[in-house]
Amino acid sequence: MAGNLVQGAVFTVIVVRAGMLRDPAFEFELAEQIRRSPRFFLNAPVVLDLKDTAEFGREAEFAEAREILHRHTLTLIGVQNATPAQLEAAGSAGLASFAPNAPQPSRRPVREPASKTPPGPAAAAKTRLVTQPVRSGTQIYARGADLVVTAAVSPGAEIIADGNIHVYGALRGRALAGAGGDVDARIFCSRLEAELVSIAGRYLVSEQLPPEQQGFPVQIALVDERLTVTRN
Amino acid sequence: MAGKVIVLTSGKGGVGKTTSAAAIAAGLALRGHRTVVIDFDVGLRNLDLIMGCERRVVFDFINVINGDAKLNQALIKDKRNDSLFIFPTSQTRDKDALKRDGVERVLEELKDSFDYIVCDSPAGIEHGALTAMYFADSAIIVTNPEVSSVRDSDRIIGLLASKSRRAEFNLEPVAVHLLLARYSPERVRKGEMLTVEDVKEILSIPLLGVIPESESVLRASNTGTPVVFDEESPAGRAYHDAVARFLGEQRELRFLQPERRSFFRALFGRA
Repeated sequence: MAGNLVQGAVFTVIVVRAGMLRDPAFEFELAEQIRRSPRFFLNAPVVLDLKDTAEFGREAEFAEAREILHRHTLTLIGVQNATPAQLEAAGSAGLASFAPNAPQPSRRPVREPASKTPPGPAAAAKTRLVTQPVRSGTQIYARGADLVVTAAVSPGAEIIADGNIHVYGALRGRALAGAGGDVDARIFCSRLEAELVSIAGRYLVSEQLPPEQQGFPVQIALVDERLTVTRN
Repeated sequence: MAGKVIVLTSGKGGVGKTTSAAAIAAGLALRGHRTVVIDFDVGLRNLDLIMGCERRVVFDFINVINGDAKLNQALIKDKRNDSLFIFPTSQTRDKDALKRDGVERVLEELKDSFDYIVCDSPAGIEHGALTAMYFADSAIIVTNPEVSSVRDSDRIIGLLASKSRRAEFNLEPVAVHLLLARYSPERVRKGEMLTVEDVKEILSIPLLGVIPESESVLRASNTGTPVVFDEESPAGRAYHDAVARFLGEQRELRFLQPERRSFFRALFGRA
């Protein structure tokens, strides 16, 4: 669901001091350390600590650092303790800022103009709500959203959503959830009498629906590429 | 006087729209309301036959829309009831002759002198049916207790909610009522027909009445007498009930059980 689009997580990250990159022995010592515990270092993320290295900071230098680390199966993902000039260059090189409370490096020299509208209330996951019966011959499409119907969906009606579909009434028409390809979308209804149900393009027509579930409150989900109907 | 426009519509053909339009209009007139019933089924003119005035048609609805005749030249006064008028349509034209602005002008004129303007819609969901429903204040959805009729009714209810003038101008929605016609309790009992509850459940609109399947309806049609004039007929009484409910009265549903055979009929075999 869109509510889970952004999640927080904590990761272990290797920190490499930028000054060390200039040390001729660095690569040799790094290789030595990786040899001792290769599984720990394989594809591990690295943050470059720029403390006391104000001279380090051209975009090409970040690219070179990334190259060196990559040779040793490490991936440079960001910088720490950067000056504003270093942040700018790091941002252009596609690196994130890991300094505590530091401003995010800008992605590209192109800057977005500041938004003039004040920030509104926190955006909730979008849902389209239909409170009237969905009559035969009607089609409702909830683009990029969930669809909630608090009445019956008649035979010959079609309800479509890119997200989930909830019908608090009898579902007698067609219901197509995950129309944009979302395989995690589900269909919920208080009474299953559907002509057709579909999730992310996989579908069942009424005669393929389990007869023992007909007329009952169910949910329909895609499990291992198969549409499964379970009693709620 | 600002008359109300009532459309009788169904989507499906042959469910009893014209019979019901005639009966409802006559029922309203019998209760003293000045009522006109208009035939919107251009090219398949039937209402005049059902009303028994086919030999009195001179001018029609299309003549009035086109300005070829005045309203009072085309309106036919019913011989049985002074409050009832019939507005026949053309048999020689087609539905394209129903121009919306012309229809609107005629309806507005009728509203000045009538309490109720009952519009008998053609079947289908094309221009004729859409024009008949467009100006409606109330709709009576005529449905038979079988699945295809119910589905078509459902479609029509959806169109009333989206394609009517009230919907387009965001006015109070058209008041939609269900009239279940040709109901045979015997066949419902055998499971050959949907029950009243089934139909109500699917369409979820208020039920105006249940008209039992009855020989008296066919007899009424063939003699050009709206069935409400037949006091003996269950269908006639059921239409009276429906009219009363339409006017806001509370009445119990009748004729939902199979008719009990009389003792003598049972003795002397099947009638």
